[in-house]
Amino acid sequence: MKKMATGNQAAAFAVREADVELVAAYPITPQTEVVETIANLVETNKMKASYIRVESEHSAMAACIGASASGARAFTATSSHGLLYMHEMIHWAAGARLPIVMANINRAVGPAWNIWAEHTDSLSQRDTGWMQTYTATVQEVYDTILMSYKLAEKVYLPAMVCLDGFILSHAIQPLDITLPGDFIPPIDLPHALDTKNPMSYGNLTGPNDYFKFRRAMQDAMRNAEKESRAIEKEFAERFGRKYGPVMEYRASDADTVIVGMGTLAREAEVAVDTLRKEGMKVGSIRVRQFRPFPKLNLEGKKVIVIDRDCSFGAGGILAQEIRFHNDVPVFNVIAGIGGQDISHDVIAKLVRKAKPEGEFWLGVD
Amino acid sequence: MIEIRIHSRGGQGGVTASKLLAQAAFLEGKYGTAFPLYGAERRGAPVTSFTRISEKEIKISSQVYNPDIVVVLDDSIMDLVDVTVGLKDGGLLLVNTQHDEKLKDPKYKKFKVARVNVTDIALAEGLVLSGNPILNTPILGALAKLGVVKLDSAVKAIEDMFSDERNVKAAKAAYKKVVV
Amino acid sequence: MVDDIPEKEYLYKGNTACAGCSAMLALRYILKAAGPDTIIVNPACCSTVCQGSYPKSAYGVPVLNIAFAAAAAAADGIASAKRNKGKNIIVFAGDGGTVDIGIQALSGAIERNANILYVCYDNEAYSNTGMQKSGSTPYGAITTTTPTGRQDSKKDIDLIIMAHRPQYMASASAAYPKDLYAKVKKALSIEGTKFIHVQCPCPSGWRYSTEKSVELGKLAVKCGMWFLYEYENGKLTLNAPTKVALKKPAPLEDYVKPQGRFKGVNLERLHKEVDEGMSRIKGLADLETLEKAKEAAQ
Repeated sequence: MKKMATGNQAAAFAVREADVELVAAYPITPQTEVVETIANLVETNKMKASYIRVESEHSAMAACIGASASGARAFTATSSHGLLYMHEMIHWAAGARLPIVMANINRAVGPAWNIWAEHTDSLSQRDTGWMQTYTATVQEVYDTILMSYKLAEKVYLPAMVCLDGFILSHAIQPLDITLPGDFIPPIDLPHALDTKNPMSYGNLTGPNDYFKFRRAMQDAMRNAEKESRAIEKEFAERFGRKYGPVMEYRASDADTVIVGMGTLAREAEVAVDTLRKEGMKVGSIRVRQFRPFPKLNLEGKKVIVIDRDCSFGAGGILAQEIRFHNDVPVFNVIAGIGGQDISHDVIAKLVRKAKPEGEFWLGVD
Repeated sequence: MIEIRIHSRGGQGGVTASKLLAQAAFLEGKYGTAFPLYGAERRGAPVTSFTRISEKEIKISSQVYNPDIVVVLDDSIMDLVDVTVGLKDGGLLLVNTQHDEKLKDPKYKKFKVARVNVTDIALAEGLVLSGNPILNTPILGALAKLGVVKLDSAVKAIEDMFSDERNVKAAKAAYKKVVV
Repeated sequence: MVDDIPEKEYLYKGNTACAGCSAMLALRYILKAAGPDTIIVNPACCSTVCQGSYPKSAYGVPVLNIAFAAAAAAADGIASAKRNKGKNIIVFAGDGGTVDIGIQALSGAIERNANILYVCYDNEAYSNTGMQKSGSTPYGAITTTTPTGRQDSKKDIDLIIMAHRPQYMASASAAYPKDLYAKVKKALSIEGTKFIHVQCPCPSGWRYSTEKSVELGKLAVKCGMWFLYEYENGKLTLNAPTKVALKKPAPLEDYVKPQGRFKGVNLERLHKEVDEGMSRIKGLADLETLEKAKEAAQ
């Protein structure tokens, strides 16, 4: 069924179609429409999940952990400060190897209070053991949540699906509410709390054993690369929409590539077309899967990375990952901070002015 | 691709108007997208929303800087903000107003100016919410008359979103009453 | 009643509140009572946005804007630093940041007898983020996360606060500004933790016409859905409008009908809750009488 929907609504519909059993969430701008849509669907009996209106985000993740640990499919959504408030429990969910899926509506971090799009919130959680995907269209939000449940329940790591605050969360675009059928098999958690097979989970573990659990998480994350590809392939075969760890546009024969995440990277494709008409051999690479981080095709290319985030003292986080994985010089543009608008015109200008290396803050430099 | 910018005040339904437009375009088989430029949720504060309509997929998600069409749901905003900034020469400026004095200003000469009084239309239909007249559904009717979307798609978009029939009645009234 | 309310304003025109916002009405009188030697601690709530956007502020005293859950703790931090002795440290928090996500910090602060005045302005929902349900949302109210009306009852934060035995506690209303002014003035003359709970009707969230805020605030008190009282040294004193309301409450319908949020509410059940609330407050007010009677009997 095709209808117009916002990114937030798409998330709510995906949660319904994924047969999520428990939703626990706390409102925060610009995530609110996700929980409001779910509340509506649940109260009008259009969705079977239990919905807990928790009193804080820390409790939201704690409730999801409880439900998931008991073997139920769980979901929450948040943004920015909400994400940071649940930080302790985000670590917990991954360490407990629970296949929770969370939508994070990317928003800047205060002070100052700023409700607009920025990736620093979710990127600051990159060490926690959560898989992370950055979406750029309403359809992709819907599809990615479905694929994320399948993936999370395969590798037993939680998954974060990110969408830009307001720019994607509040934008309406056409959405095909594809019914997944049996694409996501029924959940079957091997380590679920079971009265017939009583086990204690998460108790005190000493230095001679603890590292084994952490190594298992690292292995699971590495395994997620392979599993993601299989799931994307199956999704494409069944539903006709192709996704990968990166989405390249006119990049194979390009001598310069623009790399970014989220909606800005899709807008960059318009800049690519403009620059190509001017005779420049430019392409773009939209990084979709940030954790586990993919290897990019950057051999022999000039690399311009647009970071909608900043790790103070180290610069753009996407740029750091690329420098580490690909060992290439990068011209790192820091743009879109706090919702600063980035149009395709501006991206094209940045490409024309780009140096081989260095850090460039849009609006300052 | 057509780019539309809508100026309104929080609570008047400007954001919904932008969505209804995109929805109408979608019903015509086109690609539509709409999104708001929000401050925090405040009744009465100026709000801007954008709609883009195209035959092809739209990859642009940044703000509309050079609209083809500007819609103003509350003419008092024109005292605070230059609503025509970026509007292409010959572009359409549609204003909800009870008098045309403001619109006679020479600075609007290079645009195609249209006006309609959707406030009165809404009040006449009893289309009021918490004391505020509902302006977004009637304005869609005016935009249909100006050829932005078809009247049938506008009506269907309204019916899909609102069950109250007065919305469609108001839209049809605005369709008749809009003046260039 | 106080008639010598100073004229100087500390809440400036151009604050970006909704039309009809009674929280700003309350703040106006709170700041008049507090004066310039005041620091406001403001967690995420409507008041965050009412200050206006950078680079301006509509509040005429220093404001520390702080994370949602942290107000009481941050305020205690300011109050405990010796350099701030003598200043009024006032938290101005919404019901969300007090009753739900902020309750841990508040509980801790009262338990430590932090030298702060904590004002909870209560519009009975998470208004700043678009009217989602809060722990303070009354039974039957429609919010965006209770679209068919809240099915359970609100949290009675006042009883929770009383159990902590603060130095002073009061229940007030934006519709009774002189009473609020007097309570703030009294609170600020006391050392230790003070808590004032102010009901602030919200036209955007409660769905009524913006000019009715004061009228509805008064009706809330008159029909017994909100009380005006003070709690000090283990004793609860009811203020005059509530004494009147308890003897002869105004019809609940008069309060409920103008509010879109109560559309379709089960009035009978709401009445029951209101009646229970009135009995409870009468009981608490009579507690001292009971204690004295017990002592006399021994």
